[in-house]
Amino acid sequence: MAEVRNLATTIFSFLPEAEGRYMVLTGLGIIITVALMAIFAPLIAPYDPIKSSGDVLQPPSAKHLMGTDNLGRDVFSRIIFGSRVVLAVVFSASIISMIVGVPLGLISGYFGGKLDRVLSILMDSMYAFPGLILAIAIAAVLGPSVFNAVVAISVVYVPTYFRMIRGQTLSLKSLLFVEAARAIGATDWRIMRKYIFPNLIPTLVVVFSLSVADAILTEAGLSFLGFIVSAPTPDWGFELASGRPYLPAGYWWMITFPGLMVMLLSLGFALVGEGLSEIYAPRRER
Amino acid sequence: MLLEVENLTTLFRTKRGIIKAVDNVSLSLEKGDFISVVGESGCGKSTLAYSIIRLIDSPGEIAGGKIYFDGKELTSLSEEKMRKVRGKEIGMVFQDPMTSLDPLEKIGDQITETLMEHIDVTKKEAWGIAREMLEKVGLPPDRVDSYPHQLSGGQRQRVVIAMAVSLNPKLLIADEPTTALDVIVQEKIMDLLNEMRKEGRAIMLITHDFALAAESSDRIAVMYAGWIVEMGDADRLTKEPMHPYTRGLIESVPDVWVDREIKPLPGFPPDLAKPPEGCRFRPRCPLATEKCTKEPPGVEVDGRYVKCWLFEVE
Repeated sequence: MAEVRNLATTIFSFLPEAEGRYMVLTGLGIIITVALMAIFAPLIAPYDPIKSSGDVLQPPSAKHLMGTDNLGRDVFSRIIFGSRVVLAVVFSASIISMIVGVPLGLISGYFGGKLDRVLSILMDSMYAFPGLILAIAIAAVLGPSVFNAVVAISVVYVPTYFRMIRGQTLSLKSLLFVEAARAIGATDWRIMRKYIFPNLIPTLVVVFSLSVADAILTEAGLSFLGFIVSAPTPDWGFELASGRPYLPAGYWWMITFPGLMVMLLSLGFALVGEGLSEIYAPRRER
Repeated sequence: MLLEVENLTTLFRTKRGIIKAVDNVSLSLEKGDFISVVGESGCGKSTLAYSIIRLIDSPGEIAGGKIYFDGKELTSLSEEKMRKVRGKEIGMVFQDPMTSLDPLEKIGDQITETLMEHIDVTKKEAWGIAREMLEKVGLPPDRVDSYPHQLSGGQRQRVVIAMAVSLNPKLLIADEPTTALDVIVQEKIMDLLNEMRKEGRAIMLITHDFALAAESSDRIAVMYAGWIVEMGDADRLTKEPMHPYTRGLIESVPDVWVDREIKPLPGFPPDLAKPPEGCRFRPRCPLATEKCTKEPPGVEVDGRYVKCWLFEVE
């Protein structure tokens, strides 16, 4: 317990005294809880998520915290195991988007010229497309699977990284220390790596959090439409789809809890992103 | 001759047309020389400096002329070779010490990086040199562990100078190095530049401050609208300016000790996309005549270069 408190004070003191602090901490709390849930799913879940417990469509009770679904499976256990798919898909997709988007934005912003024009137009046209629709289109072409969903979601978020990084690079490029680096004979590659990239990291952290928050919703949408997992694998968006037909009959718990989880996790990342951007780049008057 | 710029022309291709920011400029520097390039904003003095180290970005380009530096011709050097000249042979100090250091790196890291980019030293040796350099520019050597935000503007400018001279360049170009600093600090930075000169370096100071130039340099080159309009010995040029622009410039400098009326130069420098025909100073010149509608010749009068019809020898 003492360690936990120490860790908490360390994190707390690390964050500057700013309004965003509590947003970041709340968000981190949510994310860490869900992450622990995913890691220790077999230890936490009271039931096997894909085996029927016998009692179908039971309302939430002490025995089944979030009730059971139409096949008698424990909703709480399915939510716990479902967090694994969400986190895996969303994280790998966001990291891929970052790996592709950041270097492109950096190169485009730094060198400018024709390459920049072409990349910007390409990225803007992708960005203009509603994210979920683009993801559905790509997933539909590739076919339903976890891997394809990762590809589809990562394509959607590449422009987000590209645009932010390109814009930041443009403004950093005009600062004198970059000019000074050129005047001491540094190569372009070195300037990008040593002088520009490190100064992009605060922005990158913020963009990452916000794009993960958005990607969670996209993932849920794809999953809802059956593009990610198939029965009986649990995934939050997928749960929404399977619970939907039972909602009119009053079985609200099958759809409410997975929906809340999607919202909560997305909120967690959004809070971290907004909080950090509040700390790093305060915009509003206090 | 250490540096010889011959008929240098640098232009910018913009939507409004071609702008000759540096037009047919020639000047030369010996080892240990201290020259100041003076002029109003937008007269091309910074472009001249950036042209010498070839840091002109698109849409700008060096369109003509030659730059001989220490036996090399810089305009035709490959980018690879030019990179070795920058920093190692020509050092540069920038205007704003607030942004000319990377906010994320320690002072020591920034200096050692310059060193390791160019010469074969170990990290430890480089840090040793960094400490020496800071001492040389009058900062405590343990400042290597500071971050830029922990230093004042004057201290940062010292760091920038330390970086610029750490590789012992033969020429140091300082682009408005004291503009962002207060007068007291300004004086100290100028002293420091002078010390750097005493070590045998040539210094090229780019400034809009005529008094500063007169006080510190051996020679002054006055630029107007891309031309060097007058160039010569600093003392004599200040005492007896020949070109009407130089006269106007000197008269517009306020003097705390002498109660004389300041005469600001009327008008503005011309739009370089559409420069006036003939002499570019003609629209503002009190002595303009019919002749001035043609480009004036650059003449040598009494060891001084003047680009004005007034001094044309028949």
